[in-house]
Amino acid sequence: MNTATETTIVIRGRCVVPGVAEGEALVTTQPISGWGGVDPRNGTVIETRHELRGQSFAGKVLVFPGAKGSSGWSAQFHVARLMGTAPAAWLFNQMTTKVALGTVVSHAPAMTDFDRDPLEVIRTGDWVKVDADNGIVTITRK
Amino acid sequence: MRLTDAEKAMRDGAEGAAVAKAMDLLIRYGEALGAEALVETRNVCGTVTATTPFLRDFAIQKGGLDAVFSEFNLDSQDVVVTPKVKAFSSHLQLGFDPHHPVEMGVSEEIVQFYKKSEAAAAKMGVQILNTCTPYQVGNVPTRGEHLAWMESSAVVFANSALGARTNTEGRESTSCAMLTQRIPDWGFHRDEGRRGTLGVHLDIPVESVEDWGLFGYWMGDWVQERVPVVTGVRQVPNLPKLKHFGAAASSSGGVEMYHLVGVTPEANTLEQAFGGNKASEVRHYGARERAATLERINANGTDRKVDYVMLGCPHYTIEQIWEAAQLLEGRKVHANSALWIFTPRAIKEIATRNGYTAIIEAAGGKIMTDSCSAMSRAVPPGTQVVALDSAKQAHYLPAILGLQAWFGTTAQCIDAACTGQWNAA
Repeated sequence: MNTATETTIVIRGRCVVPGVAEGEALVTTQPISGWGGVDPRNGTVIETRHELRGQSFAGKVLVFPGAKGSSGWSAQFHVARLMGTAPAAWLFNQMTTKVALGTVVSHAPAMTDFDRDPLEVIRTGDWVKVDADNGIVTITRK
Repeated sequence: MRLTDAEKAMRDGAEGAAVAKAMDLLIRYGEALGAEALVETRNVCGTVTATTPFLRDFAIQKGGLDAVFSEFNLDSQDVVVTPKVKAFSSHLQLGFDPHHPVEMGVSEEIVQFYKKSEAAAAKMGVQILNTCTPYQVGNVPTRGEHLAWMESSAVVFANSALGARTNTEGRESTSCAMLTQRIPDWGFHRDEGRRGTLGVHLDIPVESVEDWGLFGYWMGDWVQERVPVVTGVRQVPNLPKLKHFGAAASSSGGVEMYHLVGVTPEANTLEQAFGGNKASEVRHYGARERAATLERINANGTDRKVDYVMLGCPHYTIEQIWEAAQLLEGRKVHANSALWIFTPRAIKEIATRNGYTAIIEAAGGKIMTDSCSAMSRAVPPGTQVVALDSAKQAHYLPAILGLQAWFGTTAQCIDAACTGQWNAA
């Protein structure tokens, strides 16, 4: 890694699910559906017309506006955790019961209520460390 | 989050391991939401049975149905013994109708696994209603009653038409509420979460079940998760109309609550519905919006040969089955088409006593229970084109099963079943 061209950005937010994890960012400006929207067997978005359709969120730091769709949202990501396809961490803007319960049962660190909009600061492919315990997100871009 | 002494005792194990796990999940969930406390609930609708090969294999490998309930309902890796529920608890719809395994494409082995799971749920004290419309069959919440319900069409009906209070819960949170009589005090449990934030005025009469579905589909697409206040309702809608309206609005958007001024319980006046909020925007629904919505729902219908007609999303009322039976009496479902009608088990029993099941079966149709085509992903073999009187089902079936869908009135759908053709616009 060429550290000379590397930039680091830090944003702060509120802990939703405690824990620390890091991974490559997967960013979407479109809300995510659970039931009918993702396939937990392979950890991909399957919703017709979604910009992430066919892409895998397994082990990624998923950066998205929030949850939409059926009340089966949590159950889909619960199964994803058991199949090893859940995201490594979650960063989102809009709090709902769907996203709260779904991130809790995923057991992966999650944050919201940021001082800067993560959808504007983070790009797909950035390396992101989520320290939900201390409310700190560290973004590294090559 | 603030906890009462009773809640702390549950968390610390005073009522057993399963209740402690349930309280632990509710605390983690409430803190994730940013809730300040839990609220008492004695009315829970959720899903505790197991219907899939994945859960069957999990049960075999990890320690039976207690292991399934621990993991998938309590979010606990420790296997705890499943106790009886404390709250009045109702079971929602399933992934298939166990009375029609052949049509649903499920093996006898899975039906037997489900039956064990249903018996275990009944032993817990869960009412086996098996419907997306618990408010039709013994669970009508009262105004102000705090609920923990999942199923978006039931949530929007309970909040809006009945004035009860619930968020859209999930499998784990409802199960934990069944054991503890608690749910996070957040969102629609609180006065401030229930007030309108934007307005809709009806420029045209909205009267039939089809009208209400189209209006709901248009409204949900615009308002998404916000709370709309509707003015200009000229004819008071009945149960099938509001059932269809809310289901449509919670499919195209995430509407969990609406107000109809002069109709719904928290909207005697416009001022009451907004509760001090200013409308961020007001839009009009007129003939142009109605026509555009119908065109949008029917956008992927090109082939007019109809293979399958599905009625009963959300589950049909006895009034709707009566209507379908009258439309079908003396006619036959076309040889190249099929008709399935979905309703709660208890309503099928009434339909049978009234002779409607016999009329529908004599015509070649079927009344099914417990599920629907979207939940089960089951349609008659070879189906490519479906006709529906539900905007919600027309939203989901093309996406889930890749079918062409036609949306229209119940009469148009029955006509399509009997002629094998979509003859409406």
